[in-house]
Order: sequence, then structure tokens, then C-alpha cells
Amino acid sequence: MITFILSIDIQGLMIILFSAILVDNFVLSKFLGICPFLGVSKNLKTAMGMSAAVIAIMLLASAITWPIQNFLLNPMGIGFLQTLVFILVIASLVQMVETIMKKTLPPLYKALGIYLPLITTNCAVLGVTILNITKDFSFGKAMTNSLGAGLGFALALFLFSGVRMRIEKADVPKALRGLPITLIAASLVSVSFFAFKGLIENIFG
Amino acid sequence: MSEHMSDKTYRSPDQRLEEKKKSESPWSIVLNGLLFENPALRLILGICPLLAVTISAKSSLFMGFAVIFVLTGSEFIVSLLRHVIPVKVRIPAFITIIAGFVTIVQLVVSAYLPALNESLGIYIPLIVVNCVVLARAETFASKRSPAYSVLDGLSMGGGFTLALLMMGSIREILGAGTFFDVKLPLFGSVIEPIMFFSLPPGGFFVFGICIIIMQWVVIRIKRITANKNKTVLAESETDESACSSCGACSICRESEVK
Repeated sequence: MITFILSIDIQGLMIILFSAILVDNFVLSKFLGICPFLGVSKNLKTAMGMSAAVIAIMLLASAITWPIQNFLLNPMGIGFLQTLVFILVIASLVQMVETIMKKTLPPLYKALGIYLPLITTNCAVLGVTILNITKDFSFGKAMTNSLGAGLGFALALFLFSGVRMRIEKADVPKALRGLPITLIAASLVSVSFFAFKGLIENIFG
Repeated sequence: MSEHMSDKTYRSPDQRLEEKKKSESPWSIVLNGLLFENPALRLILGICPLLAVTISAKSSLFMGFAVIFVLTGSEFIVSLLRHVIPVKVRIPAFITIIAGFVTIVQLVVSAYLPALNESLGIYIPLIVVNCVVLARAETFASKRSPAYSVLDGLSMGGGFTLALLMMGSIREILGAGTFFDVKLPLFGSVIEPIMFFSLPPGGFFVFGICIIIMQWVVIRIKRITANKNKTVLAESETDESACSSCGACSICRESEVK
């Protein structure tokens, strides 16, 4: 057991985790999951609910799709069905989680329930499962990457909902009101994430 | 536009749909797709690939073609099967059809255009979850005849491609000083290319500006046509609830009703 724990490449995992959260942030530098990013960032509470649901589904989806790709699709030589299989797995997973949650955890369902159907069409979830495969991650790394992606999504959403609450109160020129000013604010938040670019090399490199 | 748009008495959504169907000529479907209901710049759907691949005009044009193919193909099939697919499982069924077309694109691209496959990368499989495709399958193709659906697929896809190309051109010209990989005069010597535009923040910024331009154009056109016909045009203003920006509208509302 001890040798097993020691054999885990902690540093490698940390690099993956932090680069997924800060450097290659899913929302702000990979543009995955923009729809919920713009849609539910209006107030902090819904933003947190959505993020929690996304983190949970990302972890579950990666835990299921990684074995499917490596133990089922690849040995049978039908790796090209990846997209089709993954999206169906995610869609049914979301449906299943929703049903189970409704039955066993009604308060949690009340809080997160409305966000669950939206996650099916959230490209971040499908994106992270596909990236785990294309980057040839081991299972542990794949799970770390998914956790990082989810946390990165939550961080971006959290920061941006704060920015947006300020915009609501600001006096914005008429032409920019609504979505345009939101996008320009997103652009500025995205610029701020550039500060993290050299972080990984300097800490772990 | 015919005269029944102008009376403002209350009509139920079903009645409105019927009226919309009647007033919809093939020409208006094309105009809606390209301009008034441009999926990217008016309905704000499918913006993940829109922001990600528009670093160069070439990759955005290719992405546009891929979306046109997937959209038209899946709308055609969905429309053919609209009486066969049970209402309860329609979303998974639509997703399966769309994923089939996306897999075709993926295989063709990786076989014949490996360079593009490299640059578009993960965004090709992600067409599956592109809100535009699912939204059109759900709101249009599942209710109309195959011919209309194909037309809608072509015009909506065309509108999406136009938006992609517009953003791709702006970002490539300003960000790299090239257009379709051809170096432009003046850039490099007189005007320094602005890195900002080819980086992710530039994507958000240019998209915001494009929306403003599009809004201005549409308002102008509506004002001109309204003066001519003295009729009120369809009120397709973009509202910004969580639902309208994601395309899974109906799924979301259904679960709220439950």
C-alpha cells in the first residue's frame, strides 16, 4: 500500500491540477462552457449551484468514460465512436443523477435540480472527457484533470458573477447594455488570468 | 409580412406558431437565418466554438462548413423522423443523430485534412453540444417538412458561418496582420499587429463588438422596412435569461414545470 502511494506522481498531478484551474482555465482560455458562464453568472447563488453540479458531473463522467474508452472501445477497434458514446453516457448519467437525487436527496435536488438538464449540453463536460483521452492521461491524471477543470469553471464563474453584480449597478452606455458589456467584462477577467501563465513553470518547473 | 402581424390582440403560443408558420415563406427563413435570427450574433447560441476557432479566417471558415454540414444533415434526418421519434425520448434521439453526423465530419477531416484537424482539435467533436444544432432540431426540424428543414439548416448554418468569418477576419487581420494566411501590406512595417486580438480575451472583446454592430444593422433594417409597410415586425429581441443563452431551453422549462 505504501509503495503504491509513493509510486503516485504527486508533482505531476499537482501540475495538471493547477494548470487546469489557472493556466488553461476551461472557460477563460479554452472557451468551454461559455453558455452557462454567461447564463447563470448573474448572481452568486446560482453561480455556486451551477458550479457544484458541473464539478460533480465532470468527475462522474470522467470516471465512467475513461474505462469505456480504454477497456471497451479501443480493444474492439471502434475508438472513432468516442463522440457518440461519450455524449450518450453523459446525457444518461445526468438523467440518472437527477432521478436518484430527486428520490434520495430532495433538498439537494431543489438546490441543484434545475441546473442538471443544462449540463448535458455543457461543452465543458464533454470537452474534459475527450481531452482526457486525447492527452493519453492515466486514470488518476484524468480524474485530477477533471477536478481541476471543474474547479477552474467554478473559479471563473465565481469571479465573474462578482464583476457582473457591479455592472448591474453601473451606468453603461446604451449601445453596450446587456450582452456586449458582459462580454467585454469577460475579456478583462480573461486578461487577468494571463498573470498565471508563468506560474506553473516557476513553482513546479 | 402579412397583415395579421399588426393586430395586437392576445394569442396563445400555439396560435402564434400557426401564424408564424403561415407567414413564413422560404425567403423569410433564409433572411431569418442569415440576419434577423442569426444564431451566433442575435440568438447567442453555440458561442464556444465561435470564440475558440476564430483565431484565423481559414479555421473559422472551415468550422462554418462543418457546422453547415452537421446542421443541415441532422435537421433533414430529424424532420424525416419527426413522426417516428416519441416525444419523451426526443432529446437523446436528436443527440444521437447529431453525433452521427459529427463523427462523419471527424473521420473525413482526420483522413483528408490533418492540418485542420490539428488546429480545430477538440472543437470538432464539440459540435455535438453546439446549442445551435440541438436548438434548431428541437424548435424547427421536429415540426416542419424535410424541405423546409434543409433550407433552415443551410441558412442558419450560413448565418453561423458568416458570424465566424466576420470574427475570424477581424481577429486575424488585427491580431496577426494576415488574411487567409496572406500577409497584408502595411502590417509589420507601419501598423504593429495587436497580439491581444489573437489571444482568448480578444475573442470575448471582438464578439461583444460584433453583437453591437449586428444589433445596429438589424434595428436599421427593421426601421426602414417598418416605415415602408407600416407593420410591426416579429419581436425577436434577444432576452438574456439563463435559458435563452443555452439552447436547451425547452428541456430546462420542462423540468421547471415538473
